[in-house]
Amino acid sequence: MAYVPLADQDDAHALHDPHSFVTKYVWSQDHKVIAIQYGAIAIFVGLIALGLSIIMRLQIGFPDTVSFIDPAFYYQAVTMHGMIMVIYLLTALFLGGFGNYLIPLMCGTRDMVFPFLNMLSVWFYLVSVIILLASFFIPGGPTGAGWTLYAPQSISHGTPGHEGGILLMLISLAVFIVAFTMGGLNYVTTILQARTRGLTLMRLPLSIWGIFTATVLGLFAFPALLVSAIMLALDLVLGTSFFMPAMMQLGEQTSYDGGSPILFQHLFWFFGHPEVYIVALPAFGLVSDVIATHARKNIFGYRMMVWAIIAIGGLSFMVWAHHMYVSGMNPYFGFFFATTTLIIAIPTALKVYNWVLTLWQGNLRLNTPMLFAIGFIFTFVHGGLTGLFLGNVIIDIPLADTYFVVAHFHMVMGVSPVLVLFAALYHWYPKVSGRMYNETMGKVHFWCTFLGTYAIYLPMHYLGFLGMPRRYFEMGNTDFVPASAQALNANITLAAIFVAVAQILFFVNIFWSLRNGEKAPGNPWGATSLEWQTPDTPPKHGNWGEELPTVYRWAYDYSVPGHKEDFIPQNEPGEEYEKTLHKSGGYS
Amino acid sequence: MSLYRDVTNKPWDNVGLPDGIESKPVFNVPNERVALTVLLIIASVLFSLFLVSYYIRMQVGDWVPLATPAQLWTNTAALVLSSVFLQAAVFRSRKEEVLSLFRGSGLLFVIGGLLAVAFIIGQYQVWVDLGAAGHSVRGNPANSFFYLLTAVHIAHLSGGLWVWSKAGIRLAQKFDADDIRLSMNLCAIYWHFLLLVWVGLFFLLANT
Amino acid sequence: MAIAVVLFLLVVGTVVFHFASPWWFTEIASHWTNIDFTINLTFWVTGIVFIAVNLFMAYSVYRYRQRKGSEHKAVYEPENAKLESGLTILTTIGVVAMLAPGLFVWAQFVSVPDDAMEFEAFASQWQWSFRYPGADGVLGTADIEHITERNPWGINPNDPNGQDDVVVKRPTMVLPLDQPVKALLRSRDVLHNYTVPQFRVKMDMVPGMVSYLWLTPTRTGSFEILCEQYCGLGHHIMRATVNVMEPGDFTTWLAQQPTFAETQQQAPADIAAGQQSYAVCASCHGASGEGNRALNAPKLAGLQPWYIDRQLRYYQEGVRGSDPDDTFGQMMAPMANMVASEDARRNVSAYIASLPVTTPAETLPPGDIARGMRIYQANCAACHGSDGRGSWGTDAPALARMDDWYMASQLNNYRAGIRGSHDGDDYGYQMLSMVKAMRTQQQQDDVLTYINSLR
Repeated sequence: MAYVPLADQDDAHALHDPHSFVTKYVWSQDHKVIAIQYGAIAIFVGLIALGLSIIMRLQIGFPDTVSFIDPAFYYQAVTMHGMIMVIYLLTALFLGGFGNYLIPLMCGTRDMVFPFLNMLSVWFYLVSVIILLASFFIPGGPTGAGWTLYAPQSISHGTPGHEGGILLMLISLAVFIVAFTMGGLNYVTTILQARTRGLTLMRLPLSIWGIFTATVLGLFAFPALLVSAIMLALDLVLGTSFFMPAMMQLGEQTSYDGGSPILFQHLFWFFGHPEVYIVALPAFGLVSDVIATHARKNIFGYRMMVWAIIAIGGLSFMVWAHHMYVSGMNPYFGFFFATTTLIIAIPTALKVYNWVLTLWQGNLRLNTPMLFAIGFIFTFVHGGLTGLFLGNVIIDIPLADTYFVVAHFHMVMGVSPVLVLFAALYHWYPKVSGRMYNETMGKVHFWCTFLGTYAIYLPMHYLGFLGMPRRYFEMGNTDFVPASAQALNANITLAAIFVAVAQILFFVNIFWSLRNGEKAPGNPWGATSLEWQTPDTPPKHGNWGEELPTVYRWAYDYSVPGHKEDFIPQNEPGEEYEKTLHKSGGYS
Repeated sequence: MSLYRDVTNKPWDNVGLPDGIESKPVFNVPNERVALTVLLIIASVLFSLFLVSYYIRMQVGDWVPLATPAQLWTNTAALVLSSVFLQAAVFRSRKEEVLSLFRGSGLLFVIGGLLAVAFIIGQYQVWVDLGAAGHSVRGNPANSFFYLLTAVHIAHLSGGLWVWSKAGIRLAQKFDADDIRLSMNLCAIYWHFLLLVWVGLFFLLANT
Repeated sequence: MAIAVVLFLLVVGTVVFHFASPWWFTEIASHWTNIDFTINLTFWVTGIVFIAVNLFMAYSVYRYRQRKGSEHKAVYEPENAKLESGLTILTTIGVVAMLAPGLFVWAQFVSVPDDAMEFEAFASQWQWSFRYPGADGVLGTADIEHITERNPWGINPNDPNGQDDVVVKRPTMVLPLDQPVKALLRSRDVLHNYTVPQFRVKMDMVPGMVSYLWLTPTRTGSFEILCEQYCGLGHHIMRATVNVMEPGDFTTWLAQQPTFAETQQQAPADIAAGQQSYAVCASCHGASGEGNRALNAPKLAGLQPWYIDRQLRYYQEGVRGSDPDDTFGQMMAPMANMVASEDARRNVSAYIASLPVTTPAETLPPGDIARGMRIYQANCAACHGSDGRGSWGTDAPALARMDDWYMASQLNNYRAGIRGSHDGDDYGYQMLSMVKAMRTQQQQDDVLTYINSLR
């Protein structure tokens, strides 16, 4: 069968050209518009989750103050905050947002290979978000089961939103998974099949490697969530006993019998642990490119970085039960999962070394994206190292379900990816909007966010050492918790409010700069990768004008000795090569 | 350039176009085929996880195996025929210049799809009969899993029928023949996969 | 420049914070000191990496930042196989140094010594109960299906091993000093977790199965048991106490607790005798327990017998009615002593429970019933039921068709700590927290208005 890569097809044939406002900005099939739609929805729900976290922190820091926070609402806020942040913000923004924007541009294609499917993806995502938010407006409110939705508690009396809220959550997750699968098929196929001429796999920027591996993880991990969601929904609606054991409710026997709550946990974490890397790997990729660009130096150990991404992706399917050391599962599993978990630390540590070694002997341009990237390395080192505590099964026993866990995962998959998100948003802002952001405002935003979040999460670890349990509406009278812990909690809350308010700077910056920012040149950072070499900024529909780019080199030719500029774009043949090409007539 | 060589070479050492001037996809098949393959892997993961849950849940003492309804054999036959017809349509279409809805490969394709519809109706009949015989969804975990697994399988088949119907419309509208051949081929692959899944499920349901 | 300095200060600050922090592990009370050892070891390894990586980064940023006036070009070095493999080996050594001792200690955790004494902790939403093997040293089998109000542990009534089991249906347990003990953990409904921070070990309790942990208590004292697996609305108020005692004291305590057989052989309450005792109560609470607001005596008819029994005991023991601010409680305390014996309490409770339930008049200004419903169904219903009838399963009294003015006064008492803060009040402490569902007078009126509508 004759095969014509989409990248080689001409505009009129391959792409439907949008004409009206509606087809251009609403029902658009252009990956850049879809990326912005994904990003806007994700940031919108992210703000709701941020608000919920402030509600939580107000209760923890000042437990007798706010009149509208009752225990049920507190647990609902905890649950919705966690679920929104992990799934609907981070997953959607990294893959739906940055994945959509960068894949075709970095791969030198005109669009995704299945633009219609891509459009469906974003609309399904929107539907899933609407269903999720609808649960705030039904009787009983959203689910308060904790973001892990553990059976049997998530669907039994005694948990807020145990009827309507949890059902809407499960439906919303199912719709999200469909949306993600449609997008994911696109990302994978585009990266595998549609790269422009000369763009071999090892010439891809690490952003693409991170997004690609994360997408593959997502495609294989989300089915586990879907399976558990379907069976949990059936237990709730039809009264089956997949996960529900024989149990009592308010002094009455229920009709459930024989189900396995531990099975739910295995399924959940078989999804849940790869999910951590679904968020982390794109962050690793994006931050690598930000660091290399602003260090004016190739990313150190590119091959090792690629292999590490793949190794982490593979290993991430073999560590899930480290979330279940105290679950009551067979304790002998602990030996296996502690070992695999600590093995995964090795490729992760190598990535950190390579980022730092990229800074070493570089020519560091300390602008906003770079500051966020450096901040990321710091918080990620911190969060990664605390992971070594929790991964080591015996150390996890005293620390499990305490604030140490909360501090650890917020440091490693809350703060760190969010710092990368900001780095990436500032870094690519000129390309997306065609304007420069305000550097001063960006730097102030960085300092508030970086120092503020560290002030939140560093002390929180120590509450965990003390033994303070997570998911407590309030601590109440407990002998082993000194009064100073409450004072510390109050300070953490103040820091959290400070950080939340500081985010206004980000929004002011991006919206103000949209109109008033300096006009951005096509390649303001002197970057090598393809997305900076588009003929127009922001790129027009079809991205590349008349002719698709040709790639002659890898994505990290910075400060090449003997070259007068300190970067060589991927699509620049180089003088030597151009000569030989013209001689042989191979390229026209 | 092999995949292994590709990921182990030192990309900074070579400048130029080592693969020639054409762009080089990893797999030399249509994009749709790549996407379908990935989709089939995802579906395999999904069914495998259901099966793992099935086995774990089976260990608990309250499992009462469900007597296999005889009609499942008839349904299976319909699904096998459905797969055969679709594959026949694929073979036939390669020899035809023009494809149309009710002739040659088009006809085989339509009949194949209708057989799948028959399978779904048959499965629904099995549900009705089981319900009438007092085997409710919540009665026993074995029942619950029977209904669940057949439902998930039907859901996948319905998705396939949606694509099938779109191909049928394109056949009727006499679209580009290559385009339709690809659709037929993809449908056939998907059908074989679902047949395989069904045979596996049937074997499991009949033997536990 | 600033970032390099800040990174340096953050590293220093983190180390200082670590050593200066007053928030650290509680003093250990079990033999698991080697868990603390592995944690300290991990701290040294990770601490060194933290300091080294971040200081190196701070220096790199300082040294290689772009500066006005001094141009420099980055060094071109795609990779350095030697350096990278060296770092890999170093990291691997560090990982092994942390993992190997960890697994070694885990092996100890997994294998329980043969001489460990067994006990059972049984969790439910949101209470604890406990069980010890009797003279035969064997715990009887138990299952959810055997659970009734009289047999809340679900002990198999036909299992001879279970008859002499010592049962404790209170959130208090005792362990002997220096004796290895194995906790068998069960749950009646959802996931729970048995945690004593001073013991260091914890394990989930899963309905339908028995999980375990073991330890040797090494320090006498009273320690809190917490649930650390989220179990629904009352997660944070699911508390109990473990007292570690000298073995002799432990034996004495154990002998004072009833066996399972004793709890099952109790004779039924004598309602006629209860009726006689009630004569005293009737002067304030009314002949048919309908209450009398003028005398500040609440309605009693409609309350569950176990609840009345418990409250009478509390009055007798000074758990209720001893706070100087509890004016009406102080009036009740001497009255409760008129039914001092356990049997008398049971009889009068049974009599009250047999009285016809009437609907009391509404005495409070009506609030917003929709808002009241939202608050009640989200928070109160978890224990008191959607219909407000309470449940023995959550030890929650009936609220529907009770006096609204009395509920208002009790809510105020909880809020003021007059009720529920006594150590002997096994369940009242939960209300100290749950009254926070109604932080304003308006919210409380709304909820009581809603409860008035539950007929």
